[in-house]
Amino acid sequence: MVSKRIIPCLDVKDGRVVKGTNFVNLRDAGSAVELAERYYKEGADELVFLDITATEEKRKTLVELVTAVAKAIRIPFTVGGGISTLEDIDVLLKAGADKISLNSSIVKNPELITQAAGRFGSQAVVAAIDVKTINNSYKVFIKGGKEETALEGIQWCNRVTELGAGEILLTSMDRDGTRNGYDLNLLTTVVKNVSIPVIASGGAGSQKDFLDAFVTANVDACLAAGLFHYNELGIADLKKYLTENNIRVRT
Amino acid sequence: MIALIDYGAGNIESVANALNDLNARFVITNNEKEILDADKIIFPGVGEASYAVKRLHLLNLFSFLQMTNKPLLGICLGMQLLCCRSAEGNVSCLGVFPGSTEIFDNTKTKVPHMGWNQVEILKQSKLFNGIPDKSFFYFAHSYYVPLNQFSTARTNHETFFSASCERDNFYGVQFHPEKSGEAGIQLIKNFIEKC
Repeated sequence: MVSKRIIPCLDVKDGRVVKGTNFVNLRDAGSAVELAERYYKEGADELVFLDITATEEKRKTLVELVTAVAKAIRIPFTVGGGISTLEDIDVLLKAGADKISLNSSIVKNPELITQAAGRFGSQAVVAAIDVKTINNSYKVFIKGGKEETALEGIQWCNRVTELGAGEILLTSMDRDGTRNGYDLNLLTTVVKNVSIPVIASGGAGSQKDFLDAFVTANVDACLAAGLFHYNELGIADLKKYLTENNIRVRT
Repeated sequence: MIALIDYGAGNIESVANALNDLNARFVITNNEKEILDADKIIFPGVGEASYAVKRLHLLNLFSFLQMTNKPLLGICLGMQLLCCRSAEGNVSCLGVFPGSTEIFDNTKTKVPHMGWNQVEILKQSKLFNGIPDKSFFYFAHSYYVPLNQFSTARTNHETFFSASCERDNFYGVQFHPEKSGEAGIQLIKNFIEKC
């Protein structure tokens, strides 16, 4: 049986890792490559890098970062932020990334998922979905949480699965940075609906939050950022706790 | 000298990084002459099987790979292409290992099979020298090679499938040793030093 994954997420701005609350108030958390190496050594199963200042000019910086990270670690990693063409994806995969996370671009151009999966394989295509509760419904937001769309979150998860995504990275903007735990209702529904792996994101504040996401929502992986960056929770300790609670993790 | 085959299907950079960790001498190539000059071949691959087979034909490498007697390590799609057929694009492959790849049933399990899973050694292999049984390796695939007489290790994802196969000079692993931490580096080291 495949084990449950623990994924530190590195929001990157100009090669530095930053972390905010509810997508704002950024704090510096160190060099991206150094942090990646630390997580690799501590037993992280995978890493996610999100370039939060992704613009055309910054594209070259992102490729340089991917190249440096690929040299430094021997675990898989995903890269996202402003990726909108097959050429962007090709360059980043060739630089050593294993998967590409697509967010705003697939809302505008859903076919990109199918094209990317056809060329690079579904396993390389992560659909990143940011949702926020608006009038008791999960609304999909794009552009780093700045722009509301007409899409409903759970339906959008079903749709990206049909289009050929290999994985869903589902972030609750309501919970992001709050440390109040993952949105278990949202995750439970999506995991039941789709046949591809789901990564929980937004709200991790304690070991128990990870356990709840694995047991209650049956997610495949849990992502967290600030909790790991500021040494509040060690990956080895978290894995020990999960193992003691009968969750299968790589040790 | 190792020839790391670049046929436009894969994460060559990651394998190259792992070879650099080991100070191995290698060349990234799709040139038949350069491959002929190498002692060993690494045949990686990420992507779609029928596209990859087309690329091998276009580069005139298809028959060469079938006939080579150099130690060859197929990784992920590289291993799948060593089978007779692939269900992905229903394409004829290299025919070193018997049968056809199959797709995981997404009504029974998550597809792709993505993440770290344990590899259970079935037969002694130089490839797994010094690697404990049931070590974790990283997998990312939707198609798999069913167990066959050449399987040397297996993994379970709703069904048991070949985690590795071995026939004469041909070695194949379904997981990504270049992304599997220290166990993976050890496996690549074994291929370089012992196979």
